[in-house]
Amino acid sequence: MTYIAKPKFHHPGLKKNELGYTHRDYEGKISTLCAGCGHDSITASIIEACYELSIEPHRVAKISGIGCSSKTPDYFLGNSHGFNSVHGRMPSVLTGANLANRDLIYLGVSGDGDSASIGFGQFAHSIRRGVNMTYIVENNGVYGLTKGQFSATADRGSKSKKGVTNTDNAIDLVAIALQLGATFVARSFSGDKTQLVPLIAAAIRHKGASFIDVISPCIAFNNHAGSTKSFDYVREHNDAVNRLDVLVGRDPIAVDYAPGTVQLVEQHDGSRIALRKIDADYDPHDRLGAMTFLQKHAAKGQIVTGLLYVDPEAEDLHEHLNTVETPLNTLEADTLCPGSAVLDKINASLR
Amino acid sequence: MSDKKPISSVNDFVVRFANVNGSGSASANELFARAILRHGVPVSPRNIFPSNIQGLPTWYEVRVTEAGHLGARGGVDMMVAMNPQTWDKDVAGIEPGGYLFYDSTKPMPSTKFRDDITVIGVPLTAIANSTYTDPRQRQLFKNIIYLGALAALLDMDPKVIEQLIGEQYKGKEKLLSSNVHALHLGRDWALQNLKCPIGLRVKKSDKVGDRIFIEGNSAAALGAVYGGATVCAWYPITPSSSVAEAFTSHCKKYRHDPETGKAKYAIVQGEDELASIGIVIGASWNGARAFTATSGPGISLMTEFIGLSYFAEIPAVIMNIQRAGPSTGMPTRTQQCDIIACAYASHGDTKHVLLFPEDPAEAFEFAAAAFDLAERLQTTIFLMLDLDIGMNHRLCRPLKWDDARQYDRGKIMTAEMLEEGRDFGRYLDVDGDGIPYRTYPGTHPTKGSYFTRGTSRDRYARYSEEGPVYADNMQRLVRKFETAQDLVPRPLQANAERPTKYGVIYFGSTSPAMDEAIGLLEARGHQLDRLRIRAFPFHSSVASFLAEHDFVYVVEQNRDSQLRQLIVNENGIDPVRLVPIVHYDGSPITARFIAKAIGDHQDHLKVTPLRKAVS
Repeated sequence: MTYIAKPKFHHPGLKKNELGYTHRDYEGKISTLCAGCGHDSITASIIEACYELSIEPHRVAKISGIGCSSKTPDYFLGNSHGFNSVHGRMPSVLTGANLANRDLIYLGVSGDGDSASIGFGQFAHSIRRGVNMTYIVENNGVYGLTKGQFSATADRGSKSKKGVTNTDNAIDLVAIALQLGATFVARSFSGDKTQLVPLIAAAIRHKGASFIDVISPCIAFNNHAGSTKSFDYVREHNDAVNRLDVLVGRDPIAVDYAPGTVQLVEQHDGSRIALRKIDADYDPHDRLGAMTFLQKHAAKGQIVTGLLYVDPEAEDLHEHLNTVETPLNTLEADTLCPGSAVLDKINASLR
Repeated sequence: MSDKKPISSVNDFVVRFANVNGSGSASANELFARAILRHGVPVSPRNIFPSNIQGLPTWYEVRVTEAGHLGARGGVDMMVAMNPQTWDKDVAGIEPGGYLFYDSTKPMPSTKFRDDITVIGVPLTAIANSTYTDPRQRQLFKNIIYLGALAALLDMDPKVIEQLIGEQYKGKEKLLSSNVHALHLGRDWALQNLKCPIGLRVKKSDKVGDRIFIEGNSAAALGAVYGGATVCAWYPITPSSSVAEAFTSHCKKYRHDPETGKAKYAIVQGEDELASIGIVIGASWNGARAFTATSGPGISLMTEFIGLSYFAEIPAVIMNIQRAGPSTGMPTRTQQCDIIACAYASHGDTKHVLLFPEDPAEAFEFAAAAFDLAERLQTTIFLMLDLDIGMNHRLCRPLKWDDARQYDRGKIMTAEMLEEGRDFGRYLDVDGDGIPYRTYPGTHPTKGSYFTRGTSRDRYARYSEEGPVYADNMQRLVRKFETAQDLVPRPLQANAERPTKYGVIYFGSTSPAMDEAIGLLEARGHQLDRLRIRAFPFHSSVASFLAEHDFVYVVEQNRDSQLRQLIVNENGIDPVRLVPIVHYDGSPITARFIAKAIGDHQDHLKVTPLRKAVS
């Protein structure tokens, strides 16, 4: 079915967002992934979040590595530039792109093989540098495109479809991101759109390195009994710390949900995250607490989801480098080249 | 004690300083070289150093050359032997009739010297210890003391050195006067206790002209500033680190907004070479001029991305400051050994543009040009320097810039062009030169976006594994490479006085040694036409040069004569007619080496015709 082109026309009465774009304006090509793939749900959530935020679609740069997850940028934001780069190297390409033009929104899409194995170093260093980006890992614990090998996020003791037990320890990218200083850290589940959409929206509004680990079952190779990344397993072991909404100064949606208290977090750009607490003790501003919370629940076999940590005062790489406000890619010889008079002086100093 | 007449030479000799790494000798030695320049006499200095920070032997060689021969000469006329570790080898390396300068504070057995050289002992440690109490000062000023003694021995004008010290320590009066004091301590001791001057002398001349004295890496970095580079990502590796460091310091001076103080550049020290080239490619994809500087091992790591740059057509500038390979090789020794690795870097069918500057002046020009070429051709451009050019001060013509020059940003389809309804196919060859248009991300709300990928795609950037579509794209890339031939710097030809069947091809840092070797060969009666290759792909004049000569020597600094391989491969010519002349021990190639290798081959060609030898 996937070779059929998506028709361009749509119902004239389709709802429009603040900028006048419809949902369809945020879609891309038809997915070529397996029917029912968790990644497609994440794609849908990205589309939803961008629509909700009224982002100009073409002002987003979608950058990915290699793998099933990295193919997905072709399936959303069809009017944005996308870059399906090199396996494990999305973070460096995104960093460079971000340095060239600080005015675009950078969406990095990666997978567990891409970010926890071949690109573990690049993942770590882009987080360390505080690149202003939304870094989404579509985490299924398995190499899908090469048919079912374990990835580095597969839990120890989990079973592959072929019945092999994984004996290596798993890498928890959320724990690592917290340790490396990411200023927005969250985990969610591809099947939980109500949690995921606002998380993506909040991450996009966050200025700094935002990291979201999205557990996304691979229906072809990792959705069987014995897998710890299957739909059933994740649903049973999911422990959400909070639910959130993003308020961009319109339609307050943070009303009629119930449990616990509601906490408002104001971000750099004035947008607010409304956190509806499920766990009354959870404080998303406490990095150390988040790390402990995560470890404690992991030991109990629970997968913690929600917004685990946010620093609303975060700085990004451009601030660290003190770069000009004008995007570097627009500067020309008149501002970049010191000219012949300066060169004459340089020559004189070298004699 | 000498049974060989001491060498007598004015403004034409080689002094070599043997020091211990980390002893502070480098600045004193550089001061010596600069002082001779200020006498109006050209010098060509070279650092010979280990991959180490403190304790291992290091040498600094200064070729004093009124004739302006800037290549390494070979041989040492005066050894300033300050390192006991290398003493025996250093003493043995002095030319018969040469001079040995040493610290005579501790007596040395006579077996440690030679009869055919002049031995000059100065009690440097004793002088330093009696003047200074601080151990660090004793060490540092000992270097300036030997500089003072050498000034007396070589008949140098002390005022010239004083002036240089004055410029160096401007505003730091205490350091200035103590350095001048140390200089005179050494000079006075030598004048009082030794026969000054010796046979080697520096005499004021006017052969330097308006030339400047600069390291190739610094010049290349300046070229990047002038060429409009705004993003630099790099990973430290000898001998390239000083490119990024120089770029940083040039940018701090010339690239901050005077009002806001903000930086019109971004420099990131990557976690490795993969990240560095990834950042460059990301930035270039997004329309900034970006570069990285590295050396052989870094190139090996970058090759996957280089293939992406070639196939997805993303500009990138890589400065490769070559060092002796393979593997870690000799990290602090020079070679031209990455020609093949760069020309065909990455898996699959790839070809890349290489630029071969001969000195810092060309390193500046080619570095700036590399950014125009990268954006025009939408591919990786390699600036191929080596340690010899990169990390040594070289006398070269002043750097020049035309203020009317605008950057060539290549074929960019703008929002206006898209609005006009221009057909945008990211990989569509609209002009027949193989170069398609590109759009920057964020250009237009509904037009001009595309998906960049390393997988095969059609002219409109749509994924395709159709054979003809793939082949069509690969053929266009060949056309684009042909277009490059006429955009890159052309070879420079210099013909012998008389018509000759013999030619020589050379490139990069071999240049000064080759120019000097031509004179030596002419003296032996050998006439050679010269072609200096300055870029790959080769211009058609390379093929013409090959056609015009029976034998062409290809002089290069690697074992496998890589440029020769490239010429044979790209021109499809009989390899027998290309004679490899290779020098690859890690030291810079010399005129003596070239003249001997070519001269011997020429003699062989002329003296023993095959028929006579057989009969």
